[in-house]
Amino acid sequence: MLREKTHDLKNKEQHTRKMKFLNHTITPLTERRLNNFKSNKRGYWSLWVFLLLFIFTLFAEFIANDKPLLIQFNKKFYYPIFTSYPETTFNGDFETEADYTDPFVAELINEKGWMIWPMIPYSFDTPVINLKTPAPSAPTTQNWLGTDDQARDVSARLIYGFRISVLFGFTLTILSSIIGVASGAVQGYFGGWTDLLFQRFIEIWSSLPTLFLLIILASVVEPTFWLLLGLMLLFSWMSLVGVVRAEFLRARNFDYVRAARALGMNNRLIMIRHVLPNAMVATITFLPFITASSVTVLTSLDFLGFGLPPGSPSLGEMLKQGKENLQAPWLGITAFLAIAIMLSLMIFIGEAIRDAYDPRKQISAYKR
Amino acid sequence: MENPLLSVKNLSVDFKASSHTVHAVKSVSFDILNGETIALVGESGSGKSVTALSIVQLLPYPLASHPNGSIKFKSKEIIGSPPGAIQSIRGNKIAMVFQEPMTSLNPLHTIEKQIGEILQIHKGLDKNIARIRSLELLELVGITDINRHLKSYPHELSGGQRQRVMIAMALANEPEILIADEPTTALDVTIQAQILELLENLQKKFGMSMLFITHDLSIVKKMANRVCVMNGGEIVESGKTEQVLKSPKHAYTKHLLSADFSNLSPSPVKKSKNILYSKNLKVWFPLKSGLLRRTYKYIRAVDGINIEVHEGRTLGVVGESGSGKTTLGMALLRLISSDGMIKFNEKRIDKITLKKMRPLRREMQIVFQDPYGSLSPRMSISQIIEEGLKIHKIGNTDSDRNDLIIQSMEEVGLDPTSRYRYPHEFSGGQRQRIAIARAIALKPKFIVLDEPTSALDRSVQVQIINLLINLQIKHKIAYLFISHDLKVIRAISDEVIVMRNGKVVEQGPSDNIFDHPKKPYTKALMAAAFNLEAIDSNKTNTK
Repeated sequence: MLREKTHDLKNKEQHTRKMKFLNHTITPLTERRLNNFKSNKRGYWSLWVFLLLFIFTLFAEFIANDKPLLIQFNKKFYYPIFTSYPETTFNGDFETEADYTDPFVAELINEKGWMIWPMIPYSFDTPVINLKTPAPSAPTTQNWLGTDDQARDVSARLIYGFRISVLFGFTLTILSSIIGVASGAVQGYFGGWTDLLFQRFIEIWSSLPTLFLLIILASVVEPTFWLLLGLMLLFSWMSLVGVVRAEFLRARNFDYVRAARALGMNNRLIMIRHVLPNAMVATITFLPFITASSVTVLTSLDFLGFGLPPGSPSLGEMLKQGKENLQAPWLGITAFLAIAIMLSLMIFIGEAIRDAYDPRKQISAYKR
Repeated sequence: MENPLLSVKNLSVDFKASSHTVHAVKSVSFDILNGETIALVGESGSGKSVTALSIVQLLPYPLASHPNGSIKFKSKEIIGSPPGAIQSIRGNKIAMVFQEPMTSLNPLHTIEKQIGEILQIHKGLDKNIARIRSLELLELVGITDINRHLKSYPHELSGGQRQRVMIAMALANEPEILIADEPTTALDVTIQAQILELLENLQKKFGMSMLFITHDLSIVKKMANRVCVMNGGEIVESGKTEQVLKSPKHAYTKHLLSADFSNLSPSPVKKSKNILYSKNLKVWFPLKSGLLRRTYKYIRAVDGINIEVHEGRTLGVVGESGSGKTTLGMALLRLISSDGMIKFNEKRIDKITLKKMRPLRREMQIVFQDPYGSLSPRMSISQIIEEGLKIHKIGNTDSDRNDLIIQSMEEVGLDPTSRYRYPHEFSGGQRQRIAIARAIALKPKFIVLDEPTSALDRSVQVQIINLLINLQIKHKIAYLFISHDLKVIRAISDEVIVMRNGKVVEQGPSDNIFDHPKKPYTKALMAAAFNLEAIDSNKTNTK
């Protein structure tokens, strides 16, 4: 009889269930947060602009590259972005990879076929040949934002630099959040000695001079993207520990957490299912701001010359060139605008997220 | 007929929410005459506090608005008068005492400063005169050792003392009307009785009028000359207190009056095997100080308690706040560490590890006081009930568990179709049913009920107690029922222990304790709870 009833109920329930999105139930709470986010117009638009820029730059290789997108040669198609072809493929002389910017190679290909070039025919490290003025040269129709002091196209470097900054910021934020949340959770939930020892450790650890450490390490080993990320991670994970720990300290004595304990749930599950959601509000609110600060740190390291290896596209390095070549203002202005716009967008998005998670907004409609 | 001191006519209050308007109060009218006490009584959400707050214009305007109605104080309109005019009335001619004395006092200022401030603002007294007046006021409200207390901060005072300070502040400007918004709800019964007595005496002494807001009909009976019964934002019945209480006309008043526990009786099980047993149970919290964190003192929350809980029967634990009732419940479930023997089902559980304890949790459950805090706001009802089933691997498939969830929801009288909703969509009573469903879904042998009815209205309390008794009879569950409310305890308990400062004052069968209390403390407790009388036994000083 119970079975029958269940079946009956299931039909009734179809409309009592909540909205669904990608197989995820949208709870009224989430719905309210989404609405709050959208109602912050500046943040909402910032998100779209930022996503557009980010996705655009993710495909940097197809936008700014010194290799053609597509070559037809001898009735055959070639994709130089994905595979490297030796010059001999196009009846050239060398066994090395073809240099498509070389007029000789271009002529060989155009004889028996054609090439489609990306919008900007330079990669971040391609020196522009045949400049009319000595590098750094001013913006022209060929180099939209001019060239830097090593005759590299600034617009190409900007696109790659933006991408590497954002990716670095995101990766660092995600990794340091995972470590920070986990350690904050453990400290707050267990309290006592665990908390005490961890807190003292953090106090000592956070007083290490990060910048000097990076400078010393940069002089010993050649910094790479991942090495820099690892080094920064050593110190950046602490930013979230405080809030997460506080939330866990508060929430571990909530009645529903105690009820879960009385049900016989183990600590790990209680932490993940019952306490973590409380801490996530603070965490998510902080994320855009942490990302923005990670980007700033990378930029300033590059500016000082202790960042990414020489030659890599980087906004900080561009700023540095701007400082060294004041007669070429396009360098400094481009870098400044790019950094300012990127950070502003992140902060605006952050503000909108903070609004979305603010329980005091429109609370009256959801009073308990 | 004399001119009323305060006259409220057709008062309505609306609150704007994001999508709709809530009509909190609808066309309410009543008068307050000189020197009389009028009570507004109703269940939570009936609009009694909103009515009171609109008299002193303390609602969150412009979110709140008065579409119609007038409030006249001494024939002068309050609604719509300039802020300055209202300020001269509020706190001066009409004073208020709130429910929660801890949050109504500023924690950062001393008592002297807080009382003095009122005197300085409204009376323009200078500091020294204000101080002398403060001392007088504190003496008036019965605070002893005044000179010391003048320098204390709110957290250094007990709940009763704080409420006395609040009353002293309200009286500072010799108001003509005192609005008391549930002034004793947060207090223990013995202190409640003292505060009520104090208010009554003060009213006689100053000839004030009083607007008394409460949900407790026994307080109405003791305090009020006239009573207005509110339901859903309207006054459904009003009149002389005795008349209304004796021969209620409106169905809702009858419903309120019938909401007592006289029809309920504890489970009929007489003798049964003992399911939980503790001997010399102790929970001491160490106080540490100094460089080496040496323990110099213990707070003895539970100090050597022996109890026995029998299958299918209820042991009631009574005591005022801070007596260690909740700590006892937690210790028995081994949710906090304790000393002393605990036997569950003939097996000692006080020495086994918490890991070995986990499978036993299925058989011992807990229901908490606050139905808002005990359910995770991010989980649906179905997920909340399912959680325990998953932990203890009851029901192998999703549909098996679904059946069990539906079954336990039906047992507690909830509509199973609502199981995908979230806790905030339910009322307090329904939430408490959900918490009970979560506990009984595991088919436990023993449940600790930690003040499960204290946050609920009386009529809902009766329903919940009724439900608990029925479940007990059906499943032979043993209850440890913790409450400060003696009426509730009397309705459900077979045996009772009275606790004070972590120790048992009196212990025995329920009827014995309630009808023939032996210890003075128990007697004082009974008098305060059932007759609202403050008995000053030498052992019941309230500090």
